[in-house]
Amino acid sequence: MSNKKNKKLSPTQQEYQSFAKSREPKRPVLKNCLRAFFVGGTICLIGQFFQWFYMTYFEFTDVTASNPTVATMIIIAVLMTGFGVYDHLAQYAGGGTIIPVTGFANTVASAAIEHRTEGYVLGVGGNMFKIAGPVITYGVVSAFVIGLISLALKALGGM
Amino acid sequence: MLHGHQTWVFPTKPVILASAAVGGPFEAKGPLADDFDILHDDIWLGQESFEKAEKKMLEQACEKAIAKAGLKKEDIQFLLSGDLMNQIISSSFAARTLGVPFLGLFGACSSSMESLALASLLVDSKSARYALAATSSHNGSVNKQFRYPTEYGAQVPPTAQWTVTGAGAALVAQEGDGPKVVAATIGRVIDMGISDPFNMGVAMAPAAVDTIQAHFRDLGVGADHYDVIATGDLGRVGHHIAGDLLQKHNVEIPAEVFTDCGLLIYSEDQPVMSGASGCACSATVTFGHFLNRLRKGELNRILIVATGALLSPLSYQQKESIPCIAHAVAIER
Repeated sequence: MSNKKNKKLSPTQQEYQSFAKSREPKRPVLKNCLRAFFVGGTICLIGQFFQWFYMTYFEFTDVTASNPTVATMIIIAVLMTGFGVYDHLAQYAGGGTIIPVTGFANTVASAAIEHRTEGYVLGVGGNMFKIAGPVITYGVVSAFVIGLISLALKALGGM
Repeated sequence: MLHGHQTWVFPTKPVILASAAVGGPFEAKGPLADDFDILHDDIWLGQESFEKAEKKMLEQACEKAIAKAGLKKEDIQFLLSGDLMNQIISSSFAARTLGVPFLGLFGACSSSMESLALASLLVDSKSARYALAATSSHNGSVNKQFRYPTEYGAQVPPTAQWTVTGAGAALVAQEGDGPKVVAATIGRVIDMGISDPFNMGVAMAPAAVDTIQAHFRDLGVGADHYDVIATGDLGRVGHHIAGDLLQKHNVEIPAEVFTDCGLLIYSEDQPVMSGASGCACSATVTFGHFLNRLRKGELNRILIVATGALLSPLSYQQKESIPCIAHAVAIER
């Protein structure tokens, strides 16, 4: 906890929070990291298999094969979300299922399913990007900033 | 009748003529399944939305309690009900179906005992012959409003709790056979600055402790007065902390007396992390399990301390801490 947050708390509150903190179970960080590594790695391995598949049996290069690969992974993740499997896998895998593109597909699909009851426009349309929205917003903003830096470096003859 | 600082004693001892508990498929797998009157195998209950399913369960709990008492809806003077949905829609919409004069309450998960305390007060003061106290919660609708979509793959920490899908109702009457409501302590709002909504048990434990201490002080009794003292939905983490806090304040409650509804409703192998939560947690466990045990004579006196976290999805996004409350009701055979 930061000092700034601590200042807002009364001494009683601070005392209770440290009292409670010592009795709370911690997140099993090491176990979570290992699980995330193996499940996330397995997802990437499956993706690698599809890339190989599209390159071997279709007219794709290693660059162009990424499009059908990503699409396939997204379809699988959306289906798993719809069948109610993905969230259980995620409780086990944590970051391992969030980081790959499948995690992004899950955020969009789960929100769309959840808000179906409020109709297609206000429900599905309005809420589909409820969780994925910030990722897109800040993804675009950071890409823009990195682009500017890259452009500036090039102009200065640095790259 | 006011007794002490914040406790009502009911001299006429209003009777819980009948009570009902309704649960979902997950509750049906728990150890208290036999204490439910109605168990559903589908969390949707055949409805179009989780919200409608919750409303349906609340209606069923109310109707079942009225039927068990051998009464009709027209006999009930007042319905007191609360739930977790925005603008307490589950309660209001169920009240629309029942057509009983209605007082809507919001005490979050403390609604079960808030409604029972007020219903008993109405009956005790002869303002009602029959008053119905009810509450409900639904895992899907609560997750949708307070957390993430049901199918979203986020890992929850070990302090998180599982919201009970269910509803409970208790019919309080001036006379008849059944467990009697003898006293109720209305809690203060306690905020210890916890702002993590995945850590409700820790946030609510001080409120439960405050209300238990107030109850003992106001009535001049100790823990030995009760066979069971059960908090509402502190879960494993909150229960442990509440026990330690009580000890720190020199209030001794034996381990076999002090329990938590959130620990009783599910079994160890159900993946609920720290335990159960939600309005229906204390409602179904009390109005089902505990009242049945009182009726069977296994228990003589119990104190239920329903705990509530008074946050909203907006308040926690604005980084507000979680104000908590607990209301205690003493019931005897």
